[in-house]
Amino acid sequence: MRIRLEPRPEPSRLAGWLSPLIAAAATLVVGFVLFSALGKDPWQAFHVFFIKPVSTLYGVGELLLKAGPLMLCAVGLSVGYRANVWNIGAEGQLTMGAIFAGGIALAFHESTSALVLPLMIVAGAAGGMAWAAIPALLRTRFNANEILVSLMLVYVATYTLSFLVHGPWRDPEGFNFPQSTMFGDAALLPNLLPETRLNAGILLPLAAVAVGWVFVSRSLAGYQMRVAGLAPAAANYVGISAPRTVWIGMLAGGACAGIAGVNEIAGPLGQLQPTASPGYGFAAIIVAFVGRLHPVGILFASLLMSLLYLGGESAQMGLALPSAVTGLFQGALLFFLLASDVFIDYRPRFGGRRRAARR
Amino acid sequence: MPDPQRRTALFATAALTIAALAAALPAAAQPSPAAASATPFKVGYVYVSPIGDAGWTFQHDSGRKEMEKALGGKIVSKYVESVPEGADAERVIRELAQSGNQLIFTTSFGYMNPTLKVAKAFPKTHFEHATGYKTDANVATYNARFYEGRYLAGIVAGKMTKTNTTGYVAAFPIPEVVMGINAFARGMKSVNPKAEVKVIWVNSWYDPGRESEAANTLISQGADVVTHHTDSTAAVQAAEAKKVYAIGYHSDMSKYGPHAQLTAVTHQWGAYYTKAVQDAMAGKWKPGNTWGGIKEGMIRMAPFNPVVPKETQDLVNKVSGDIGAGKFHPFTGPLKDNDGKERLAAGKVITDADLSRMDYYVEGVQGKLPTK
Repeated sequence: MRIRLEPRPEPSRLAGWLSPLIAAAATLVVGFVLFSALGKDPWQAFHVFFIKPVSTLYGVGELLLKAGPLMLCAVGLSVGYRANVWNIGAEGQLTMGAIFAGGIALAFHESTSALVLPLMIVAGAAGGMAWAAIPALLRTRFNANEILVSLMLVYVATYTLSFLVHGPWRDPEGFNFPQSTMFGDAALLPNLLPETRLNAGILLPLAAVAVGWVFVSRSLAGYQMRVAGLAPAAANYVGISAPRTVWIGMLAGGACAGIAGVNEIAGPLGQLQPTASPGYGFAAIIVAFVGRLHPVGILFASLLMSLLYLGGESAQMGLALPSAVTGLFQGALLFFLLASDVFIDYRPRFGGRRRAARR
Repeated sequence: MPDPQRRTALFATAALTIAALAAALPAAAQPSPAAASATPFKVGYVYVSPIGDAGWTFQHDSGRKEMEKALGGKIVSKYVESVPEGADAERVIRELAQSGNQLIFTTSFGYMNPTLKVAKAFPKTHFEHATGYKTDANVATYNARFYEGRYLAGIVAGKMTKTNTTGYVAAFPIPEVVMGINAFARGMKSVNPKAEVKVIWVNSWYDPGRESEAANTLISQGADVVTHHTDSTAAVQAAEAKKVYAIGYHSDMSKYGPHAQLTAVTHQWGAYYTKAVQDAMAGKWKPGNTWGGIKEGMIRMAPFNPVVPKETQDLVNKVSGDIGAGKFHPFTGPLKDNDGKERLAAGKVITDADLSRMDYYVEGVQGKLPTK
């Protein structure tokens, strides 16, 4: 029997609801086979993966702490992605945000002013935007591919940070090790939940989700961005400016990623190190698509992604699974989530010779 | 084209479904307790990279296994691999402490501040941090005198090079790496005053592609013995492919360069781990600052390639014995940097403090240290 995919006349609402369920079921099947084959009890494995990490207040704090930067970067990226503006360089924009904000923190090291932190956030956003402005400018002026330019700038940003902590910003008391001094208290985000590491930084991604939702659903610019993405020719015809779309898309991504960088260095890190992020900027691309480029979807997608990270660690500790296996399981879940979405616009046909003839 | 609006927030269902399914699982809640009667002593390890087949983390894991074997069923050890240095490390270390591990080894420099933070919250748990410099009431540090092995490697390289040029693929210009390069150069010069070492920095601990590229560049510049202070086997493999010699690091890499590898400077943590765990079990653990070398068995040369002449092997073994017995130190004056400035007067031996802030190249190393 042949199975074909056939385009639907219009996207299916039902498939939209069913898609995550299919993904969840497929993941459980794969997990069942995988864990059984490795001689682990699959039920216990699922528990260790999805429940144990958030079974304590500390765990919930960690979940939110790790979801924050993913949420911020993904919301920012989704603004551009909806308009077919492909900013792949959130990791670099995050790093540049951390550099700008870190510069402020080090310059005002002795200060106890309550203005240091807001200044760092503004500087971080500016740093991320400046970094995103380069591919935006090159795209609008010279039609340079923003995917390549933004990606390459990730390496430039990473090496800039590396240079700074190996050189001018190195902690003089630190035996030449590549890291800055620990920031003063005025440059650190206040704790939000005692007994956890959750800090006030989580409010920024949540605010970004809210602002993103208003922008997408309620604003004219958001509407224009969507039109530009869905039907570029029509957008052009009704006078929606293509360069403006690129600028909005890139700068929104850069600002959000830059703030995510501030959250990392003013939060759990408390100093500048050779790397500011364990790959949040790249993981956020997956989060944006798993969240179907919608701010509320991204809110949940970032929580899931964060849970997957915690679950992976928990599985190493609780089940003695190697990190390669936890990575495999995480990959399977994300793959199924994205793949199941194909049924929203396509329907499977089994055999179906006659129908094929009719079209 | 899909209309994103229609599919608003459907993702929520996925997260909720998975959570609900997992929560509903019968009997899933409690992992089955171990059948052991007496509760074994629990030891945790945090690794910065995957264990793999060779390299820094592989050696630590070999040490863990050796310790586990030596202490039989009295202990249980756990590890978490590929933990990035930075914000994630604190959570992993904390979870290990929370889940009852009484002694925790954190095996990368970047875990220093997270280890100290967690240690404050768990005053009854012992922590050991590799390669750092900060200690606390329940935090010890440990490290190995890699440079002792490097000096011996330098002797082998100096004897074996025909072009009088050797190559060194290095990760980051921090003192640990710089003192290794310098010790290598001094070992080499001690037997071959004409030899020089060229260094390429790859700015990464683990990047096989760039390590291999750097090794090939050094070889094309005339280096006929290459060594590396990076985590992969790429430099040894590059040497094997180009038919020149290599000296492995961290692990014995002869598997990857059967013809190329002359010997390797290997790290041996097993005995140290066994002793630390025994001390902790006996309540004798102290927050010390261990820096062991050949004498303590932490550094050992891998078996020589048969192409290394017997007299060179004997010389290396003799110097190794002298270093182990404390009769010789690789950094004994006169010590000049490669700008000709005297750093140590004749007959003087460098202090550990000066070693651990070494920020210059000695004679025999070409080029300038970055960031200077």
